[in-house]
Amino acid sequence: MIRTEFLSKSFGKLNVLKDISTEVKQGEVVAIIGPSGCGKSTFLRCLNLLEMPTRGRVYINDVDITSPKTDVRKVRQNMGMVFQHFNLFPHKTVLDNVIYGPTKVKEIPKGEAEELGLKLLAQVGLSDKAGVYPSRLSGGQKQRVAIARSMAMQPQVMLFDEPTSALDPEMVKEVLDVMKGLASTGITMMIVTHEMGFAREVANRVLFLDSGGIAEDAPPDIFFSTPKSDRACQFLEKVL
Amino acid sequence: MEVNLFEAILNSPPGFVQAFAQASMPTLGQTGGINLDFSKIAPDVPYILSGVWETLRFTLTSAIFGFALGTVLAIFKISEIKPLKWFADFYTSIFRGTPLILQIVLIYYATPQLTGFAISAFIAGVITFSLNSAAYTSETIRGGIAAVDRGQREASLTLGVKYPLMMWDIILPQAFKNILPSLVNESIALLKDSSLVSVIGVEELMRRSQIIAGQKFIFFEPYIFVGAVYYVMIMGLTWFAERFERRMRLSD
Repeated sequence: MIRTEFLSKSFGKLNVLKDISTEVKQGEVVAIIGPSGCGKSTFLRCLNLLEMPTRGRVYINDVDITSPKTDVRKVRQNMGMVFQHFNLFPHKTVLDNVIYGPTKVKEIPKGEAEELGLKLLAQVGLSDKAGVYPSRLSGGQKQRVAIARSMAMQPQVMLFDEPTSALDPEMVKEVLDVMKGLASTGITMMIVTHEMGFAREVANRVLFLDSGGIAEDAPPDIFFSTPKSDRACQFLEKVL
Repeated sequence: MEVNLFEAILNSPPGFVQAFAQASMPTLGQTGGINLDFSKIAPDVPYILSGVWETLRFTLTSAIFGFALGTVLAIFKISEIKPLKWFADFYTSIFRGTPLILQIVLIYYATPQLTGFAISAFIAGVITFSLNSAAYTSETIRGGIAAVDRGQREASLTLGVKYPLMMWDIILPQAFKNILPSLVNESIALLKDSSLVSVIGVEELMRRSQIIAGQKFIFFEPYIFVGAVYYVMIMGLTWFAERFERRMRLSD
């Protein structure tokens, strides 16, 4: 599904990612964790080319998306992304946010898209907010709309870049619950997160990144109970 | 009405100087002193006032074309295609680096020489003002685009939205909202500067007051009157803009 080969990214002289080679299979829910500045977000953003890798390759369904011949726009339609700061379109209503992709990119008729949009809003528990503007929503509600907006493109993969980091503590759960529901549908998910409890419960694989490389790659029960590397031990000591 | 530049220059500034001299040195002339008598221009008020329409029509047309062209230039300026960026930067430097009045006379008098076809003073004025205003607004719009949160672009990209659509639907509406006050200021400047096209004979407010001043050989009354008309127009525009801005803010 997703494969990286020697993926590297530098910003000037700073090497953020160093030769990351890994593979994610269809239906896997991968939690990407690690200390801040370890390159988690950059790694995720390289997967849909929001950041252009400096070296190495990224394959999505065996297509090399770093090749100039690949239509990145097509690839991205198949990979939803949820951001730390939601990035909803402030001048569009909640429903218009959700149906923007389907109507303008996939060119689905508006009525059909609205039906899909309302269904998705119901799934994230926000049917009653369809007509309001994002500024009227709480952070947790905004993030649930953002998830619905990404899901409206019916992607194969969902990327989450610290989806709960900007939320007030009491709103974290409502977003995690939506994500938990999503994970059970069998969609491939990659989640950069600081929510260790969530990673442990929902993910079926943990990637522990440290200074730009994958320091550990294990199922959550093994990673959280018996981490192999010293860095992972130190990290878990601090966060658990 | 065709009026050449020479005549226009002859008509106004010396006349003004003369009026000033008469007013400040009452002993020099029998008509000296500030004896404002607006009844002298009363019959000409409708004639001058009908210039309001001409001024507004001129300003509005120039503002619309200037805004559209300014948007295109702003998009050039943020383009990754370097020659487009160079062109837009060069264009802006030319129109900001030379006097507006020079641009007006150059376009009005040089176009027939260049193409063999004369253009009306109104058209020449609109062309000049649109081109000039575009140079200024393009900088404002570029700033407005840069101020839109980066996340908006990223969210559009991840949905697979094409660049032109992203600009049109997502980025520009937010950019325009941010720069609305600056755009209003630009329009006010445009309205005031529109008086400059009097030099090529467009019969807007300024030109009409000059004509009356020249005909009757009185200067204070028509110029003060037309000054008041400009003032009222600009205050009206400012008031309207403030209200509009407040309403826009309410929708946040």
